[in-house]
Amino acid sequence: MSKRIEERGYTRSDVLVSTDWVQEHLNDPNVRIAESNEDPLLYGSNHIPGAVEVDWTRDLNDPIRRDYLSRKGFEALMQRIGATRDTTIVLYGDKNNWWATYAFWVLQLFGHTRAKIMDGGRLKWIAEKRPVSREVPRYPATQYQAPERDDTQFRAYRDQVLQHLGKMQPLVDVRSPEEYSGERLHMPDYPNEGALRGGHIPGALSIPWARAVNAEDGTFKDAADLRKIYQEENKLRPSDDVIAYCRIGERSSHTWFVLHYLLGFDHVRNYDGSWTEWGNLVQVPIENPSVEGRHEAAA
Amino acid sequence: MKQLPERFERLLQSLESLDRTDRVQMLVDIAGTFRRVPPSIAERPYPAERRVPGCESEAYVWAKPGSAGTLDYYFAVENPQGISAMALAAILSDSLSGVPPEEIAEIPADVVYRIFGRELSMGKSLGLMGMVNMVRATASQYLRTCAEGVERGT
Repeated sequence: MSKRIEERGYTRSDVLVSTDWVQEHLNDPNVRIAESNEDPLLYGSNHIPGAVEVDWTRDLNDPIRRDYLSRKGFEALMQRIGATRDTTIVLYGDKNNWWATYAFWVLQLFGHTRAKIMDGGRLKWIAEKRPVSREVPRYPATQYQAPERDDTQFRAYRDQVLQHLGKMQPLVDVRSPEEYSGERLHMPDYPNEGALRGGHIPGALSIPWARAVNAEDGTFKDAADLRKIYQEENKLRPSDDVIAYCRIGERSSHTWFVLHYLLGFDHVRNYDGSWTEWGNLVQVPIENPSVEGRHEAAA
Repeated sequence: MKQLPERFERLLQSLESLDRTDRVQMLVDIAGTFRRVPPSIAERPYPAERRVPGCESEAYVWAKPGSAGTLDYYFAVENPQGISAMALAAILSDSLSGVPPEEIAEIPADVVYRIFGRELSMGKSLGLMGMVNMVRATASQYLRTCAEGVERGT
């Protein structure tokens, strides 16, 4: 059984709340609970009473370009869910909170720091047989004024990744070992999402995102266990400038959350272009041990 | 473009006529009607060759000969959170069982967008397409088997 969140030794334990905490705040007007899933039917099937849905495609992405929503779009989203700058937004969802941390990351691009993740996500809430509802709540629209989106602190673009690479600064590849090695172009049980080349960014460390969670209930591991993985085993230091990536930036937002908030790394960015961009770019460096191994064997 | 089986097309049109909220509710209701493959057809552990490749909801598909040269379709969805896969399984089972396999073999996999809308993640949409593809493949296999039987005079 997981320790209480505040006993786990995180740098910022305030960004994580338990299912108990959420149940105690179901009627708190200063808290807005938001579900963010990959499966489009899950929220409609049932959700935490009073929770709104934040859909990662419809609500967080630009409908035309591969980018996130603009300041205006973010204001409209916050107004729709009835949130003000002072509202604490608690995110949870399927897939061990992949999409919840992705939404959390987008909130940070707009400086909405009053945000938390419900530890264990949707599956834990359901497993604990807590109340659920199919009623879609409506909240009075708010006047939300957001700053312009600021990508500098937490988001990395491909040119920045190239510079990062040139300076030999650490990259963390959070995909499966098979994707990292180039044996597959996509994670197990997922179809190919269109990368022309397999492998990883040269020098990237392979630390699959799932190592940060307890398999039995989807909660985050405590800080000592996380330090063993990221700092002792992989030699990352909290003062490092780190870029994390995966396939489209959803799994790496999970690792970004772990490194920045739970372990206190100051400089962590999420490369959301990730492998679906890098694996299609012309002439960027790639390491692909699976192909290199075959070539060496053939020679 | 080939016409889809009539019952299937009617359902798709009715889903397409709904706004997103109503469509989701209808699909959730349909998912609630999903019935796992009966033990008379298959029992756990289900064989790997019946598992839909690329479907993370762990969907399985079976087809058994029904009446007048048609097939009846059965599904299992092992991930209890796989609501979309359950909805699709219920739709395919209900709309395609008893339909001539020639028609089923022609159903395009991207029909999932007509069911769920365009706002599916790539992974989710391709996983669902895998279910349609497996249904098509069983229909094609059945047709080949029948044709070989005719050639052999059996």
